[in-house]
Amino acid sequence: MIEWVAGLAAWELLALEPPGWGGVLLKGLAVSLQVAVGGYVLGFLIGIGGAAGKLYGGPILRDILDVYTTLVRAVPELVLILLLYYAGTDALNQFMALIGAEPMDISGLAAGIFVIGVVQGAYQTEVLRGAFKAVPHGQIEAARAYGMTSFQVLRRITLPGMLPHAVPGLANLWLIATKDTALLAVVGVAELTLVTRQAGGTTKSYFLFFFAAGLLYLMVTLISNVGIRRIERYARRGMPAVR
Amino acid sequence: MGPELRSWKEPHRLVLLAIGVGIIIFAAVYMRWDWLPRYSGRLVEGVGTTLWLLFLTSALGFLFAVPLGLAQAAGPVWLSAPARMFCTVIRGTPLLLQLWLLYYGLGSLFAFWPEIRQSWAWPYLRSAWPYGVLALTMSFAAYEGEVMRGAFAGVPKGELEAGRAYGMSPFTVFRRIWLPRAIHRALPTLAGETVLQLKATPLVATITVVDVYAIISRVRQDTYLTYEPLLLLALIYMMLTGVLVLAFRWLEARVPVKG
Repeated sequence: MIEWVAGLAAWELLALEPPGWGGVLLKGLAVSLQVAVGGYVLGFLIGIGGAAGKLYGGPILRDILDVYTTLVRAVPELVLILLLYYAGTDALNQFMALIGAEPMDISGLAAGIFVIGVVQGAYQTEVLRGAFKAVPHGQIEAARAYGMTSFQVLRRITLPGMLPHAVPGLANLWLIATKDTALLAVVGVAELTLVTRQAGGTTKSYFLFFFAAGLLYLMVTLISNVGIRRIERYARRGMPAVR
Repeated sequence: MGPELRSWKEPHRLVLLAIGVGIIIFAAVYMRWDWLPRYSGRLVEGVGTTLWLLFLTSALGFLFAVPLGLAQAAGPVWLSAPARMFCTVIRGTPLLLQLWLLYYGLGSLFAFWPEIRQSWAWPYLRSAWPYGVLALTMSFAAYEGEVMRGAFAGVPKGELEAGRAYGMSPFTVFRRIWLPRAIHRALPTLAGETVLQLKATPLVATITVVDVYAIISRVRQDTYLTYEPLLLLALIYMMLTGVLVLAFRWLEARVPVKG
């Protein structure tokens, strides 16, 4: 029983300097956050394009986007990550060979951002499309009747109108992005979960390190929640309060 | 005009369909599938394991989600605060991390505890199954707990008061009115959460539970193939997702209480 507690309480292993592993964990957290932010932004760009394509594109574009969002959302993230990670790097190297260049060594960070971005893009497409559609059509027609240009309609009516509908879904997807980065441990990207396991494997204090990593992830979530609440309040300003 | 109104017989869809069929024929001819017969039996077993895991953890998770949701929606503070904290912590950390914390972390701590080492539970505590089931159940319960909180809170108070006025005991009101109405409200979201749960199950393969994902990983190690096994795996999960969505649609149409 005493050893049982001692396994938990070897706190000096979390020191930031090299005998401890705290610095390694924080570096892993930095990688995780970079992948999450990069993947989320890439997913947002794909999402805007996808939503615009689904709403205003021709029938062919719409069908292709339907296939993309349906496939990505029906397959587990872990499987997608393996497929995109290996297929993506392989395709890039084949392309490099095709144009006669040296095969590239793709960093795990870039590949991770690409993978998370493609997955996020499918979900963000749906969120943004729903938010666009939630803006009442009469408001857009009224703006047009006032003689606004389509850019003015977008800036003054559509974007502020869709924001309160988009923010909750986008906020959820941000939290999912921060946690999906953990799956990159399976393909060997040195993000927080993988370095935690390595720290545990070296010192045999698995519980301590996974517990510490869990606290780090939880901190990211809680800080995000504070920011999300602020953004939500900003997006909903001037609207009736809904509880 | 929404996409659901358009038929697949439109010319561009026929072209897309032809391209799709072409890709499938290309994949069948030019990719290597000779490993498939050798592994088909184990793949079927793996799918069985995945489905059993899904069924077990979503059933158990739902059982825990009801009290979690009820505590948060209507419980006293000493019940609602820990319930809310459980949901926040589980939803705020990655499932993979929880899984590894339980399997490597808790599992390694148990080894230090002689009483447990000598007890009947030790063989079970050394295998991966209990940890996988526990982690998936907790995760499902936390996400569903939030759903049920909203569903419980959304049932109109008047219906519950009407039940009391008919002379039902609080438990009868809960069993006959509150719970069925909440489940009916929550069912579409529950369907979505169950699909997410299906997509979370392959994570247990990382702690040596042999599900369909683990079998495919085995194929990849044995044959050095990358795309073929993973494509097949994606196809299997797509089919399972489709079946699950259809099953829930059937269930939604058949739930006794109408909204």
